[in-house]
Amino acid sequence: MAKIPAAVIGVGQTKYQALRADVSMAGLLREAVDRALLDAGVTFDDIDAVVVGKAPDLFEGVMMPELYLADALGASGKPLLRVHTAGSVGGSTAIVAASLVQAGIHERVLTVAFEKQSESNAMWALSIPVPFIMPVHAGAGGYFAPHVRSYIRRSGAPLHIGAMVAAKDRQNALKNPYAHLHNEGTTVESVLASTMLWDPIRFDETCPSSDGACAMVIASETAVEKSGITNPAWIHATQMRSEPTTAAERDQVNPQAGRDASAALWKQAGITNPIEEIDCAEVYVPFSWFEPMWLENLGFAAPGDGWKLTEAGETAIGGKIPFNMSGGVLSSNPIGASGMIRFAEAALQVMGEAGEHQVDGARKALGHAYGGGSQFFSMWVVGADKPAH
Amino acid sequence: MAPTTESRVLHAPMKVEFDYTRSLGSVLSQFMSALKQHSVLGGVLADGRVVVPPPEFDPVTHLAITELVPVSDHGTVQSWSWVPEPVSQQPLDKPFAFAQVLLDGSDAPMLHAVDVDAPADISTGMRVRVRWAEETIGSIRDIACFEPAGDSETSGSASMDFGPPEVTGMISPVNLAYDYAASPEETKFFRGLSEGKLFGQRCPVCEKVYIPPRGACPVDGVPTAEEIELPDRGTLTTYCVVNVPFKGQTIPIPYVSAYVLLDGADIAFLHLILDIDAADVRMGMRVEAVWKPREEWTTSLDNIRYFRPTGEPDAEYDTYKHHL
Repeated sequence: MAKIPAAVIGVGQTKYQALRADVSMAGLLREAVDRALLDAGVTFDDIDAVVVGKAPDLFEGVMMPELYLADALGASGKPLLRVHTAGSVGGSTAIVAASLVQAGIHERVLTVAFEKQSESNAMWALSIPVPFIMPVHAGAGGYFAPHVRSYIRRSGAPLHIGAMVAAKDRQNALKNPYAHLHNEGTTVESVLASTMLWDPIRFDETCPSSDGACAMVIASETAVEKSGITNPAWIHATQMRSEPTTAAERDQVNPQAGRDASAALWKQAGITNPIEEIDCAEVYVPFSWFEPMWLENLGFAAPGDGWKLTEAGETAIGGKIPFNMSGGVLSSNPIGASGMIRFAEAALQVMGEAGEHQVDGARKALGHAYGGGSQFFSMWVVGADKPAH
Repeated sequence: MAPTTESRVLHAPMKVEFDYTRSLGSVLSQFMSALKQHSVLGGVLADGRVVVPPPEFDPVTHLAITELVPVSDHGTVQSWSWVPEPVSQQPLDKPFAFAQVLLDGSDAPMLHAVDVDAPADISTGMRVRVRWAEETIGSIRDIACFEPAGDSETSGSASMDFGPPEVTGMISPVNLAYDYAASPEETKFFRGLSEGKLFGQRCPVCEKVYIPPRGACPVDGVPTAEEIELPDRGTLTTYCVVNVPFKGQTIPIPYVSAYVLLDGADIAFLHLILDIDAADVRMGMRVEAVWKPREEWTTSLDNIRYFRPTGEPDAEYDTYKHHL
């Protein structure tokens, strides 16, 4: 069954920051939505359906926020869907929206994802004590830190690799006006000197807590032609995979679901050598060590070799496979939106609209998200050229 | 419900509570601030209708609502329903009516409580007025409820001279009380703990031993019926040192949170490591359980206070690397 070619024709983001006290949740989403519609040159009247994503309801304490958000999202009288796949939700939300267009069901779909972390406390929400169980769990960092240690042991990576990633992403963020953290002068040394939070993860190697929303308009081939947009980001491939959070001998460093998703993604996009054919990547790296881990999981490097690309500077802008030109999750983390930001930033790169953090001549880009205990993966490849189906 | 030995599965109360903060945004900030001054504002929709509480966005044009107008604190009951047994947090702690009240000057009713003693005391078309809370703070609860008003009674519209909104946020406490029920397999595991024993289960297909037991193998999807008793010692596979304080934390920081792979098990579980400086903890370290005194044992994994080094030589990397 052939898919209808679809493309991103508009992107809207809010300035990510610790606290947006001036807007309600609805107002925050609407800001991103208005910018995406404007960017696409369309109005709510042109939108056929709305797909919204956010992370667990406990993060803001609003059950089924999509019901309350319908008016703000212009969804009255239209299909409104909410997607939920933990931290990967921003990516899977975009993929659901894309699917509705690729399947020929809708011409233009508005998709938006958000988190207003200031209204709650994700650390608390992820560490609810459960009866009968030892309460040693301590948020997302506490979950991932032992697996980061496992990665370091398995790969033999030098201990400064995590700091290199953090310094690189924070420097990239200085080129992105939407980034939450604009920490001038972040260096490998300053990261190494920051407080150890969940040893081996330091404060500067973790993502911030952000308020923010990101939206995109996804259009069919016909709607792209009508739009007058001449530089759309064509969707070449989309994949999602999941796996059990815990299973005997489960590989938490290089999870099967991520390996399977990326292998299928490259195949679908007609890519045989990802590091040569992908020009840049926005990859979900909430803790710095996940850059080398995902370099391997995505097939940009052999298992155990990801850190060598980081160390050689190949993941910086101008390197062989730039990772997180926007500053990444390490510089802005409105959790539910973070995956969509990766997807949208990949689109901006191939549209040539990434501003100061643009990779010269980027024509194929990867957007990636993961969530849960490395349990959900969602990813897409977007390109400047229409996919050859 | 307290744990009982008669029930098939263990139960325990579980409470989730948090004071969420809400930024109200422009429209609701004005609405809440006006309530504090005993005034009710409605939002003017694109078609001219006035709606209370004011929506932030027009349901038809989707445009932001920008015009707010004062409406009366008197209105008419359009429809109602009797609440014979109020529950916690409802506006009144005695039987009352929930009603759709159309405030004078508005075009759509708002839902609120009406304080009457019996269903016979309320009717559609009845005139009601706002009963303001004793202290108004800029919250929807500033309207304590509605109460019957005389047929001819009307209130003048409030002035619009409110100045910049005084209230721009609110606290929204959420309090959820669950009865947490362990699965039958977990129940066996937890009851085993109360006798100082560690029970796992083996998958009949992949033969992996799970502890705590799951009831079904997450890989093969088949029931895991065979019970295996495991020793209280094993190998620390990987760990982190938690040095972050957070709400609800019960263990003083810094502490070592580690995956412990019991001898004979095929999956590690998280537990606490003590009796060793955090800097000296190693992957592959051999550890053993330190149990609470027997008289303190309950059906909980914290019967094991923590794990400590056994003093044996560290396990060879090859023996546990497939658990990383």
